[in-house]
Order: sequence, then C-alpha cells, then structure tokens
Amino acid sequence: MQPLSMYDKIWASHVVAEEPGRPALIYIDRHLIHEITSPQAFAGLRSAGRKVRRADLTFAVMDHSVPTKNRNLPLLDQVAAAQFEALERNCREAGILLFNMHDPNQGIVHIIGPDLGITQPGLTIVCGDSHTSTHGAFGALAFGIGTAEVEHVLATQCLWQFRSKTMLILLNGRRRRGVTAKDLILATIGKIGVGGATGHVIEYAGEAIRDLSMEGRMTVCNMSIEAGGRAGMVAPDDTTFAYLEGRPFVPRGKEFQEAVERWKTVASDPGAHFDGVVEIDATQIAPQVTWGTNPGMVADVTGAVPDPATFTDPDMRHSAERALHYMGLEPGTRIQDISIDRVFIGSCTNARLEDLRLAASVLDGRKVAKTVKQALVVPGSERIKAQAEAEGLDRIFKAAGFEWRDAGCSMCIGMNDDVLPSGERCASTSNRNFEGRQGKGGRTHLVSPLMAAAAAIEGHFVDIRQWNVDHAE
Amino acid sequence: MTPFRKHTGLVVPLDRVNVDTDQIIPKQFLKLLTREGYGKFLFYDWRYLDGEKPNPDFILNQPRYKGASILLARANFGCGSSREHAPWAVLDYGFRSIIAPSYADIFYNNCFKNGILPVTLPEEQVDELFRRVAEKEGYTLTVDLDSQTVTDASGLRFTFEIDSFRKECLLNGWDDIGLTLRFEDRIADYERRYPSQARQYGPLESR
Ligand code: SF4
Repeated sequence: MQPLSMYDKIWASHVVAEEPGRPALIYIDRHLIHEITSPQAFAGLRSAGRKVRRADLTFAVMDHSVPTKNRNLPLLDQVAAAQFEALERNCREAGILLFNMHDPNQGIVHIIGPDLGITQPGLTIVCGDSHTSTHGAFGALAFGIGTAEVEHVLATQCLWQFRSKTMLILLNGRRRRGVTAKDLILATIGKIGVGGATGHVIEYAGEAIRDLSMEGRMTVCNMSIEAGGRAGMVAPDDTTFAYLEGRPFVPRGKEFQEAVERWKTVASDPGAHFDGVVEIDATQIAPQVTWGTNPGMVADVTGAVPDPATFTDPDMRHSAERALHYMGLEPGTRIQDISIDRVFIGSCTNARLEDLRLAASVLDGRKVAKTVKQALVVPGSERIKAQAEAEGLDRIFKAAGFEWRDAGCSMCIGMNDDVLPSGERCASTSNRNFEGRQGKGGRTHLVSPLMAAAAAIEGHFVDIRQWNVDHAE
Repeated sequence: MTPFRKHTGLVVPLDRVNVDTDQIIPKQFLKLLTREGYGKFLFYDWRYLDGEKPNPDFILNQPRYKGASILLARANFGCGSSREHAPWAVLDYGFRSIIAPSYADIFYNNCFKNGILPVTLPEEQVDELFRRVAEKEGYTLTVDLDSQTVTDASGLRFTFEIDSFRKECLLNGWDDIGLTLRFEDRIADYERRYPSQARQYGPLESR
C-alpha cells in the first residue's frame, strides 16, 4: 500500500462527498467559536431560517475582548458587551456549551480546546480564527475559517475544501539550553518567510520537535499561519497521550486505551510523500527577537537590526525600510541594545502553564527594571491561572512587579483595555508584530517567555543563555 | 451573494507586500454585529491621521483614485487573521476585484464568499499594471471572469487561472450552504458510519 502522510489519512477519513475537479465536502468533528467572528454567522442562519446541525460538536468561549481585570464591574465597552450578549443568546438558543467570562473554564479558545481535552488526534477542527493551527500539535487537522464558513459549519457540520499541498519541516538535532519552542518556530519563519508555506499543510518532525512537551508543540503549530501555512501538525505520540489522559472530554479506562490505539495510526507512514521538505539544524538556533513588522523579520539575540540596503529583492527592501521606520530602529543596532517600555506574557502562543513556569524561573527573586512601565502576565485560561496559583507562580510574578490578570487575548490584539500605547516598545510572547497589532503605533518584538522575562528585568533584550537560571522544561 | 461576471473600473495601486488583515481592518472595528458598514474603516491606520483626518499621503486618498473599484496589490495580500471583516471592508468600500501576484489562503477563500474576485497574475504582469496605472491618470481595467482575462483600453490582455468550481459559484452567486444541503443524505450517511461525538467524561470546574 502506498504510504500516506498524516494529512492524507485525516483527509481521507473525513470526505463526505467528492466529485472530480471539485473541492471535497469534508466532515468537521469540532467547531470552536468566539464572540468576534460568530455573530454574523448566527444572523445569517436566522435570516435563512436554518438551524445549528450539531450543537454537541460546537464549543463557544468569550476571549478576544474580555476584560482581564475585575470582571465584576459593569462593562464600559458597550459594543463589546453587545457581542457578548449575542454570543450568550446564540448559544442558549442553539444549545451550545459556552464558557462565558465568569466561567472557571474560560480562556483563549486555542488554549481551552486542548486543556479540556476537546482537541484530540485524528480529528478535523475549525474555528473562525487563524491560530486554529495550534490544535494540530495533537495530530489533528485544524485550520482557521472565515465567518461565511462558520455559518456553513453551523448549518451543515461540513466544509467544502480543496486539498492542500503538504510540507515537511524537519527540525534536526537537540535545541540548546535557553532555546524554546518559540525560538524554533521564529527561526523557521525567518528562514522560509511569511509566505513560505502558503497553500500547504505543514508537518513538523525531527528530534527537536519530538523532544518538545505538548505546550511547546502547540507554540510551534500556533505560528504555522505566520508562515502562510493552512495548518501545522505534529504526529501524536506518548507525550500526546500522557497529556490527554484524564482531561474532561477524553475517554477514560478501557475506552482511553482503545482511543490511544486508534490515535497511534494517525502518524505519517514512513516514506510518505510531501510536496516540499525543509530541513533545519535545531542545534544552531539561538534565542530569537523580531525587529520588524512581520514575524519573518527576526534575528538572533546576538545579532543586529539588518540594513535594508543589503536586501536584494526590491519589495523586501521597501518593506524592511518601512518596518524600521515604523519600529523606530536604525540599521546595525544591536538587538541587545534595544530597550523596552512594556512586557506582555500571554496569548495562545505562550500562556500555558509551562510558559508561566519558564518565565517565573527567570523572575524568581528578581525585580522588573524601573524603566519598564508595565509588565503584564495574562494566563491562557482560568484553569491555568488556578494551577499557577496553586504552584505559587503568581507570587513570583507579583513580587517581581508583574500584574497578574484574568485569562483572555488581552494585549496580543488589544481589543480590551490592554493596549500598547503609540511609540512604545513591547517585548511580547504573542505571535504577531504587525503594525498597530497591540495598539496603534505600538512597536512589538516577539520573543519567548524566557526572553520576555529577562527583558523585563534588564529593561532591554538580553541573551538568556548567559544567565544562570534553571530552564528545566 | 452578488454574482461576479465582468467588471470595468478605476484601478488604485497599493504598492506594499505582505499587507495583513490588521492593516485592512484594525481590530477596533471587529466588534460590530453586522456584515455591512466596514468600508469607511478600510486601511484605517494608513488612511487617516489623528482625528480621522484623511492622510493625504495615502494612495486611496489621492483625488485621481477616487471611486476606484479594482485594487492592484502585491504578494501575500491579506495575510494574518481569518477575519472576514477584511473582505467585507474591501467590498463595502467599493472594490469588486483585487489583482495581486499571491494571496494568503484564508483571505483568498473569504473573497469568493463575498462576491469579490481575487485575480492572481504573475509578478511581471502585476509590475506592468503598476507601471501603467502610474503613467495614466484615470487608468481602468476590465476583469472578465467568464473569459478569465484582464484587459485595458490600449490592447493589454492578460489571462488568469481560476479554479472552475470557484468560478462557477462566483458567476452564479451561489449560496454555498444551499448547495451543501443538497448533500444532506450523504452527510447523514457519514454521521451514521462515523459517529463523531464530543462526550464529557470528567467534571468541568464549576463556579
Ligand atoms: S491570543 Fe491573540 S492570536 Fe491568539 S486567539 Fe487571541 S487574539 Fe488571536
């Protein structure tokens, strides 16, 4: 039999209807929705007199514009409040399980899916959100969709999909101490470019990926979209199964064992075909810091801001010039000489328990630099927040001078009060450094939680490898 | 959905690569409950100075491009988030077609759901269009989906590729969901053979 890739297998097992020369109708196992990209979909259903087909496969959460401090106060943002109300009403009417902002299971949609065990290997998972690629870390086919497609899935539990091309990204060798999953993916995007995986579903493999915890694999898959990838996947293995066991939506006992046997068959067969293969030596990857206005504009922490004049491609040169202008940076500035105004530890990329532990290991017994105006840590979910508090991490953060908040997207996108002011520079563990992403005129540098914590202490970027901290992972 | 067959309109050139959806429509405008009314927020941060004063340097604000309905763009247009507010804003502003060397997947797909035709042309041809639009004030193009061509008044004629199914849907303005519901038997059959379930086995945190 012809060897199949993980993508081929999941695709084949989800085709509902197929005609030559047309996209295939594929079945969707889990549909996650949030307040921003769903209201128009429900309105569309209503006006066409249609019903939600599988409320039992749909999960809803409020995350993008929720306040992260004091949720008991009345909402000042009336427009956001209307969206929350719409989601409440839509979910109540359709019978969809909703984690509202007061729910102890609430959190960022891509964090709670895995955390509650809703995300499992071999499934198709969609959400009206591009970072749905995160869930691929479990060996699921997970991708972001637009609102018209949200409506389509609500009505039919299916989607018309064209087959994607596949790309294997091999991260060979072991990563060095102080180098995290975030650095692996930033370095990868730096290498293949922000459009490097357009039209492709990525499978990540190699020793450096195998070695990662589930949290780390999620960080990597999360940013697949920043390379243009349709989805990112990692083959499920013992790390995956151990993570899933005991979570609320995961079968238990004998049923769990049966599920594991099924999940084991999801991985790509040896010799499976990929349309593209990229090999990267993970042993050579250093901690990364972005200097520009897309995640591909990235450098080693030991490096410097590049000179756009050295770029041969004229489009790249122009966009680098624009980026440096926006970022207020001069060519040749050493990355470690860039000082920062704020620090944000959070987002669906890096707000899981492991990320908080990493950051806390750096902050323990230290203080945020006086020059830093704000240091914010926003756990990815209320469950993670509670676990972190049980471990005493909140005390470490607060003692260092960080604000300890409730779960949500927060300053990753600045749709609530957590906005990066114009002209200020932020060390952020999120995934997008686009112009205005964290706030109009705000300047974002993407880094790992270790690097963000170290930058908070020093007030500028530092090479975490020089520090004598325990980065146990 | 409004069908797209053939459209002739004024072209505006947006000479930037990797234009992301945060630029097309910034997040503060994602909190509405409608699909309409986003046109005035299109490229908001580039288009307006403080206090919503139009930025005279931004291309869309130049008088010669007033009323443009074809957006000429660069590679990887629409990268970033999946927000359909981006094509809603593009459409609501008055664009019926975009021409670029490449698009981000989700944005590309979202265009078709909203009656916008994203035309993909090779880099050299897009360069040629940028040259022509800069040279001639009032430069218009005709985008014809049926014949898959882009033409101008002085004889330029480029052909483009497009998936036949997407073309058919756009030409007819088909409603996807209506189409899919014709496959109801197949969906129900699939559900019988492969029952997907999201059962809860253990307790959730309670309030
Ligand atoms: S944390 Fe940021 S990237 Fe993730 S879902 Fe929220 S807004 Fe999107």
